[in-house]
Amino acid sequence: MKPAAFDYSAPRTLEEALDLLADYGGDAKLLAGGQSLVPTMNFRLAQPAALIDLNGIDELFFIREDESGLRCGAMTRQRSVERSALVQRATPLLHEAMPYIAHSQIRNRGTIGGSLAHADPAAELPALAVALDARMYVRSVTDARWVAARDFYVGLFATAMLPEEMLVEVAFPSLPPGSGWAFDEVARQHGNYAMCGAAAVVGLDAGGAVEKARLVFLSVGEGPVEAKRAAGLLVGERPTATAIRAAADAAATQDIDPVGDIHAGPAFRRHLSRAVAERVLSRAIEKAAGKAIEAGAH
Amino acid sequence: MDRTLDRTITVKVNGREYERSVEPRLLLSDFLRHEIGLTGTHVGCEHGVCGACTVLLDNEAVRSCLLFAVQTNGREVATVEGLDAGPQQLHPIQHGFWEAHGLQCGFCTPGILMSLVPFLEQNPDPTEKEIRDLLSGNICRCTGYQKIVEAVQLGARLIQEKSS
Repeated sequence: MKPAAFDYSAPRTLEEALDLLADYGGDAKLLAGGQSLVPTMNFRLAQPAALIDLNGIDELFFIREDESGLRCGAMTRQRSVERSALVQRATPLLHEAMPYIAHSQIRNRGTIGGSLAHADPAAELPALAVALDARMYVRSVTDARWVAARDFYVGLFATAMLPEEMLVEVAFPSLPPGSGWAFDEVARQHGNYAMCGAAAVVGLDAGGAVEKARLVFLSVGEGPVEAKRAAGLLVGERPTATAIRAAADAAATQDIDPVGDIHAGPAFRRHLSRAVAERVLSRAIEKAAGKAIEAGAH
Repeated sequence: MDRTLDRTITVKVNGREYERSVEPRLLLSDFLRHEIGLTGTHVGCEHGVCGACTVLLDNEAVRSCLLFAVQTNGREVATVEGLDAGPQQLHPIQHGFWEAHGLQCGFCTPGILMSLVPFLEQNPDPTEKEIRDLLSGNICRCTGYQKIVEAVQLGARLIQEKSS
């Protein structure tokens, strides 16, 4: 058999799952959709002593809306998020980006919480969560806390969660009127891991100047990488094509420090980052302004 | 209690109920092939990339190499063996593949067919782009995909003709 032997439990409630997680004291892995965990187990790169299967916990599967925005249970399948009319209306950036995640057969099983907690630097959902200023609801037997997405990611496949903690819900605040958004990525083949991707969220003031800008990359660092210098260059400015190009350039040269792998070297990743940043910032700004971008001074 | 021990599961495969005792680490793909002898589900990469092992779990296409058999307890699985209605009575999608030469070696075909069943139910008249998007989750190294796309288009037409 491919995976090494493990203890298996399939709790029916969140409390039961948290008890088990505490009992195993860090030796257990939570099994959500299994689309990343099971491959590593099949290769025996991961040999957890125990698996706690969350697929039978009904209370973790939900998509709902409250006064602050959208809320998704951690076990909500990516396919359900993709097909949800509520997500499309309340958090259109999330809706727009879902088809970029792997293939439909993987999204049928993969979950929103599983991908967020796995913290793969090439994954779309962590970058989207940071771009959308999402908040993660984290539980243990003794504790419950909300963590901002930008504080949640602390390194390569690493989050701010303790071994006995579990991500149970994610909340996406609604974007204020006058906001625009966009997502794009470059992969050798649709559905493969992207060599570079980015999400942009931009807010314009009544005069058409940039009030808020957030640009978050995937696949160019140890986790989602927020391009703060690029955003700083745009805020307060009129979003002309020239200003966008300058911001994309700053993002690619100053905000990221990509390492190479067999798919793309650091220089190519910077090149892609510049192109993807320019594309998503332009689309987000056009959406916010409701019109095409001005050329700007040269 | 030792939780690594075998446990008894009951799972319906192609409409027939099977009760077996399995180790938790047994993958659904290996369960189908070795425990109940349905070798039509092919095992390629065993990490979710190639799509050859795709089956339906409660009518949704999933990778059987990324599921443990214990997770299907009480659920319904459909494999390529359940597609035809009997000898000489191919499913319209299979017929499309036969007529349009949608396969050469056939290794990837079961996974493609199983991906197509729910896809064509939900989208009976797909565009070429939608077909290619769906096929992006299934790797074929023989055909270059052109014949597969044509086979899907023919299969979709045959389903519509059959139901009209």
